[in-house]
Amino acid sequence: MMATAEVHPLAATREAVGPTLIRLQKEGNNLVVVDADLGKSTSARKFRDEFPERFFSFGVAEQNMISAAAGFAAAGHTVFATTFAVFAEHAFDQLRMSVAQPQLNVKLVASHGGVSTGEDGASAQSIEDIGVFSSLPTFTVCTPADVVEAEAIIEVATKTPGPFYVRTARPKTPVIYTDGAQFELGRAHMLRDGGDLTIVACGLLVERSLRAAEQLAKEGLEARVLNMSTIRPLDVAALEGAARDTGALVIAEEHLSYAGLGGMSAHALASVEPVPMEFVGVNRYGESGTWSEMLELMDLTPDGIVTAAHKVIDRK
Amino acid sequence: MTMVIETQQDLVELTRRIRRHVVQMVYDAKSGHIGGSLSSTDLLSVLYAKHLRHDPGNPSWHERDRFIMSKGHCTPVQYALLAEFGYFPIQELSTFRKIGTRLQGHSVLGKPPGIDNSAGSLGMGLSFGLGLRLAQQLQELDESRVWVLMGDGEQNEGQVWEAAMSAAHHQAEGLVAIVDRNGIQNDDFTKATMNSEPLHEKYEAFGWTVLSDIDGHNLDEIDRAYDWARNQRGAPVCLIFDTIKGKGVSFMEHNPAFHGAPPSDEEFTLAMAELAE
Repeated sequence: MMATAEVHPLAATREAVGPTLIRLQKEGNNLVVVDADLGKSTSARKFRDEFPERFFSFGVAEQNMISAAAGFAAAGHTVFATTFAVFAEHAFDQLRMSVAQPQLNVKLVASHGGVSTGEDGASAQSIEDIGVFSSLPTFTVCTPADVVEAEAIIEVATKTPGPFYVRTARPKTPVIYTDGAQFELGRAHMLRDGGDLTIVACGLLVERSLRAAEQLAKEGLEARVLNMSTIRPLDVAALEGAARDTGALVIAEEHLSYAGLGGMSAHALASVEPVPMEFVGVNRYGESGTWSEMLELMDLTPDGIVTAAHKVIDRK
Repeated sequence: MTMVIETQQDLVELTRRIRRHVVQMVYDAKSGHIGGSLSSTDLLSVLYAKHLRHDPGNPSWHERDRFIMSKGHCTPVQYALLAEFGYFPIQELSTFRKIGTRLQGHSVLGKPPGIDNSAGSLGMGLSFGLGLRLAQQLQELDESRVWVLMGDGEQNEGQVWEAAMSAAHHQAEGLVAIVDRNGIQNDDFTKATMNSEPLHEKYEAFGWTVLSDIDGHNLDEIDRAYDWARNQRGAPVCLIFDTIKGKGVSFMEHNPAFHGAPPSDEEFTLAMAELAE
């Protein structure tokens, strides 16, 4: 477990997809990978090079791809469907009726989640995907904090029956789990403990939360940091424990706060352990810029988290 | 109990019983889709009786043909067939659309056994069937086929054409699209709402092998078309059947009022009299 945010190797969570699927197929899983003309960007295309007979291109047609993925799953395969997060949203009703309702074994692994997609601008930046796919009650929804965790999530998704959504990201960001993944489905992972507040984060905001915790420590404030990489089912016990032990929560994510980890955490805590909460998230559409400029524009930074921490502690 | 259809008269009798079930179910439920169920009754009766490789005693038999009901509002005809073929008791048809039933208004995969897809939102079945067919090919299930029933109104959906393009691209031989061209959709005649024609030329241009202008109420013609379709190689096959919405009940035929509305008491009595032995 790593507890400090020193210099770490950089990698994008999307880079885990192709190599992990290759390994899982070599290990004897009955995979099929379907793609909508973005296999180079999602890294799923690497799977095609190893297993061309198990890789199916559906062109730029996500709706067809998702319903076809459901058909493959109905025939017994574990199906990975890959595209960008925004284009996955294009196939919402297909995911709802063809996948979620019959609970078929389709794993939607979508890259370019969040405003860190950057230069392509607002249309390419998914700020609502986690809310959209969490609204499908039979889906498990995860987003990894780094490339190591991405690999672990894909492996668990393969071995867990039913619909999955996994959001990966475009930019290369620091590896947190340099000593190996600690991922357990449906369980938050505590990266750092503290008694003054808890920062609950997912995706790229996890590493930024660790840096915020270091800043807070210099002021004498000790923050617990939870990596909530499983968003559905949410680890309510971890949230409740954090609320009870620290009395204040900051929820940080690269997503619409009300429709994402923030909204869902508040909903979960309201009936068991309500405490002051602050939310570091997206609240509007993005624009063009580098990925780090976009995160700064939206205050999804260590400073932004520290500001929210001060606010929430004042409300205790 | 698996039903055996030995003679043409057996088949004709089956279609009559199916039509009676359809009218009874929608009348009992006070909702449901009679018109498109009756227009596809002959198509599906011939399919289930003579062409679909299926085993009512083992609904999850892996090597079965898959029948995909893409126009998922026409569950009455499929439920009636599944019951007649012994997938579940015929008495259960009276639970259609009622609380606690396995027979929901629109198709739910696995409920009851024999339903191989979820449907209701139109336009998804051909894609789903394509995935199944490509999986059959990957698994070298050479004898298996996938049959997908779509409505002609359903051809409005863009996803149908995504599926059409990719089925030809992937050379999905053994995938058979069946179009129930009854000329009426929810609100009105298809020509008034959204004209999808010329369907034959469209599917052909997308790379399919197409047979059209088949009488969808002539049991022999339907039989021959399915035989022909099963044995086509190299490309997916589209069979376009000309049918009559509401077929078998005179006042429902060609009548847009009976797409999704139940019959009144009087209409029910008249319909059952027309469908009597």
